[in-house]
Amino acid sequence: MKLFAPPLVCRDAVELMSNYLEGSLPRRDRRRLDKHLAACDACSAYLEQMRTTIAVSGHVGPEDLPDDVVEGLVDLYRQFREDE
Amino acid sequence: MQCVDDAELVTKLLGGDEACFTELVRRYHPTLVRVARYYVGSQSSAEDVAQDTWIAVVRGVERFEGRSSFKTWLFRICVNRARTLAVKEHRSIPADPSPSSPTVSSLRFDQGGVWSDPPVPFSEGVDSRLDNQALLDAVRNAIATLGEPQQAVVTLRDVEGLSTEEVAGLLGLSVANVRVILHRGRAKVRGIVEDTMRETRL
Repeated sequence: MKLFAPPLVCRDAVELMSNYLEGSLPRRDRRRLDKHLAACDACSAYLEQMRTTIAVSGHVGPEDLPDDVVEGLVDLYRQFREDE
Repeated sequence: MQCVDDAELVTKLLGGDEACFTELVRRYHPTLVRVARYYVGSQSSAEDVAQDTWIAVVRGVERFEGRSSFKTWLFRICVNRARTLAVKEHRSIPADPSPSSPTVSSLRFDQGGVWSDPPVPFSEGVDSRLDNQALLDAVRNAIATLGEPQQAVVTLRDVEGLSTEEVAGLLGLSVANVRVILHRGRAKVRGIVEDTMRETRL
């Protein structure tokens, strides 16, 4: 294994961001990315956007279901209750 | 969700609490359709699978034993039904179309791989981003445009908050594979949101 990993360029750094946030990057890659982020505002902004995207995804809630879909399923539920 | 406790939820459901059922349908039906869509060939088949899932749930055929969360149990029932239908349809599971291509357009970097067109911050008010309606809409719409398998993976992991391991188990993928798909899906969502937010600010 090489002791000195070559520094990252932005183009390669963006490909590591998701796993960086998952905590699943190998230690060597994490160090390289940490080092790059410390010196690169644009990649730090990218990482921040990734973080925001993931955080917002967890808050979008379910899509609105058309009423007829909900009513159809509730009808099925009623039918089932009556047959019991 | 008003009925929070999973075991209580199931008891209510089996006991005929219609309001609880309606609430669960509103909360989970769209995700069930998406999960099913990963396995089956059409939107209408996916909707059938989601409907069958609810029937199975109220019948209690696959008993909830509290070993997983209600959510995971529900998704598992859906996946089992979707798989069965996929086999009947002779459908193969979608693979990630281009697992090694770059996730950010090469046009945004110079020849040395440094940003020439750097990312534009989504919005000024960073603190209020979780209740920023434009941002919520942009993210929701972006996820809806994802193809499979990215849509199922991003929905289960980032929208529903399942662990990467749970997602891998439900979709029959390796954890490593889920991470690759997740990375690509998230990058695509970020890109679409960036474009949307840029347009709305003009």
